[in-house]
Amino acid sequence: MRLAPRRGPRSPGGLRTPRGLRPRLVVAFVLVAAFSALITAALTFRQARDAILDRTQNSAVHDLRLQVDSLAPNLPADPTDTDLRTFARQLDRASGSRGWHTAVSRDGGPLIGTAADVSGALRDATKSGDATFYERVEHADGPRLLIGMPVGYGDGSTRDTGKGDAGKVGEGKGNRGKGGIGKEPEKPSGLVAYAVLSLDGERADISALITAAWAGAVPALALAVVPALFAARRVLRPVRQLRTAAEKITSGARDTRLDVVGKDELAALTGTFNTMAAALERDDAELRRMEANARRFAADVSHELRTPLAAMAAVTDALDEDARSGTLPPDTADAVLLISDETRKLTGMVEDLMEISRFDAGAAVLHLDDMSLRTVVQKTLHLRGWREPDEVVTELPEGDPRIRVDARRIDVVLANLIGNALRHGAAPVTVRATVTSEALVIDVADNGPGIPDDVLPHVFDRFYKADAARVRSEGSGLGLAIARENVRLHHGTLVAANLPGGGAVFTLTVPRTFRQEDQS
Amino acid sequence: MTRVLLIEDDPAVRRGVVLGLSRNGHETEAVGTGEDGLDALAAFKPDLVLLDLMLPGMSGLDVCQRIRETSQVPIVILSARGDDIDVVVGLEAGADDYVVKPAGAAVIDARIRAVLRRVAPAQADTATGAGPTRAGDLEIDRDALIVRKHGHELPLAPSELKLLLFLSAAPERTFSRQQLLEDIWEHSYYGDARLVDACVMRLRAKVEEDPRSPVYVQTVRGFGYRFGPLPA
Repeated sequence: MRLAPRRGPRSPGGLRTPRGLRPRLVVAFVLVAAFSALITAALTFRQARDAILDRTQNSAVHDLRLQVDSLAPNLPADPTDTDLRTFARQLDRASGSRGWHTAVSRDGGPLIGTAADVSGALRDATKSGDATFYERVEHADGPRLLIGMPVGYGDGSTRDTGKGDAGKVGEGKGNRGKGGIGKEPEKPSGLVAYAVLSLDGERADISALITAAWAGAVPALALAVVPALFAARRVLRPVRQLRTAAEKITSGARDTRLDVVGKDELAALTGTFNTMAAALERDDAELRRMEANARRFAADVSHELRTPLAAMAAVTDALDEDARSGTLPPDTADAVLLISDETRKLTGMVEDLMEISRFDAGAAVLHLDDMSLRTVVQKTLHLRGWREPDEVVTELPEGDPRIRVDARRIDVVLANLIGNALRHGAAPVTVRATVTSEALVIDVADNGPGIPDDVLPHVFDRFYKADAARVRSEGSGLGLAIARENVRLHHGTLVAANLPGGGAVFTLTVPRTFRQEDQS
Repeated sequence: MTRVLLIEDDPAVRRGVVLGLSRNGHETEAVGTGEDGLDALAAFKPDLVLLDLMLPGMSGLDVCQRIRETSQVPIVILSARGDDIDVVVGLEAGADDYVVKPAGAAVIDARIRAVLRRVAPAQADTATGAGPTRAGDLEIDRDALIVRKHGHELPLAPSELKLLLFLSAAPERTFSRQQLLEDIWEHSYYGDARLVDACVMRLRAKVEEDPRSPVYVQTVRGFGYRFGPLPA
């Protein structure tokens, strides 16, 4: 079970996605806050900007209408350019605080007055001469409002009829907005008055709005981190506890449990975790009990077998002697020899079983001595009657280093490895020892076919038979298991492998400096 | 013809060992309990006692101690398990060697003969005819196989005597336990070093003034034992 996200390799450079829950939660909180702030600000900004601009242009149109209506009656029926220029100048003078510039055009003709840069679209729209149009444009000097207003003759009763849809000249592009204010001039004159106003003040107001929105959003985003951290802490604490507890259980503390706090999903998970831990502990204890029983059974059986075997073993020599003396009938002699041989094998097996039971019971003790490496190896070969160099080739380091080992156990290990190599491999077996300041390493290699890959992981298993067809090998089936236990007792390792050129190699590694009470 | 007293409770083992030993030319008396064994010790006057430690009634360990109170007859333990703490205790109580069951008659016979050999093989040629030698308060007579301390003869079991004779024949030379096992007990090089340790302990108890700080049989840590050097 893996509660924490798997830590993958970090990609070098570039953007990294946050790995932990805490940064993810914080990022999510900040994103949500930023998103809401952005939407709110955008909607508010739009509304406020439209309100400011609408009010400005409505009042400008209203003012212009007033001025036009009051001045238009003074125009002659067929005004000259001079009249129109005077009219425009009068309108300019009447602009008051708005500071507009005006111009007049007759029947779509050239502009007469101080206003310039009136777009063709606005002029086209007002050509029909029955409605007022306005247009907002971005000019190099800032935003401007352009108004096109037909001039009517008569009694000055021309009035705006409110906002209408007449006079729409098309969709604006970019920051251009167009709209029309419909009205009913009594009598078209062909004259259109144009006014150009600067919207700098309005733009300043809108900029202030944007600044205010930012000023509000940034602290809000910063504040969003606080609840994010708080929420992360609340969520992460149980997660971290679960992780710690899982690690404890993994490392062997099967009785680890967690307190269930609250009623949320994490509390439920904690409860499930406790249940799982209890089940694990129960199964673990059950397995251990069963294994201990099995091992005790093996120890008891082998122990019980010893007494009858002791009686039988004491007389096998006598049986052999009589069987070979020729005094017995031949088939009886064969039977007697068979019995004494198998009794000896049985004795060996029971001894191996007893030995492995001792390891299982933790009763095996290490008796360390300073030994000559050469002597240890030579004695092992000599005691087993293995010949050099026909059967075994030794490659020992120069200078005969001294090793601190339990010589009897190392002898058992070497004898099992060499015996195994001679049985399953091919002579000569090479025993190569190297000694460093840290470790003693002994390789036992043979020239046989090597160990099949499917057998290799099991060579140290008890009673594992590499060849299922072989009913019984000479050994008890415990030799390599005993060898490995003996090496483990030295805090060392024993591994099996195949040589690249064929043949199996067993490598024994024993540290030279491990702490163990000296035998006095 | 060696007279062997076998104290073993299991009848089958008793029969088997008696049969095997008689084939090897030993005269064997077998009893089933420790009490019977102690009685037989006086009546049968064995050359060697073969003792099972797991006995009903009086334990083999008690028997071993009782024998040593009065006699230095060689004792070989017949043990059910070699790793048993009883083996160590038995050796410390005065047994000279042990054999782990199941063992063939040849193995038992070899142990018996090794224990009964009066001098260790390695020193047989060097130690004769020199008369008693003195080492501190000890007087070692290699011909008579007697060790005296302050003029009194020390009651040494066979293994103890052999160990002392062997070590003192080459004073201040260190012998590894494996070497001592081979030369004195005639075990293999990889025999049980506890035999040596237990014997050294018993020997020290008899020859040293203070067994905790020995001067005659000294430990060379990690290597083995040596005789001396004696303080001036």
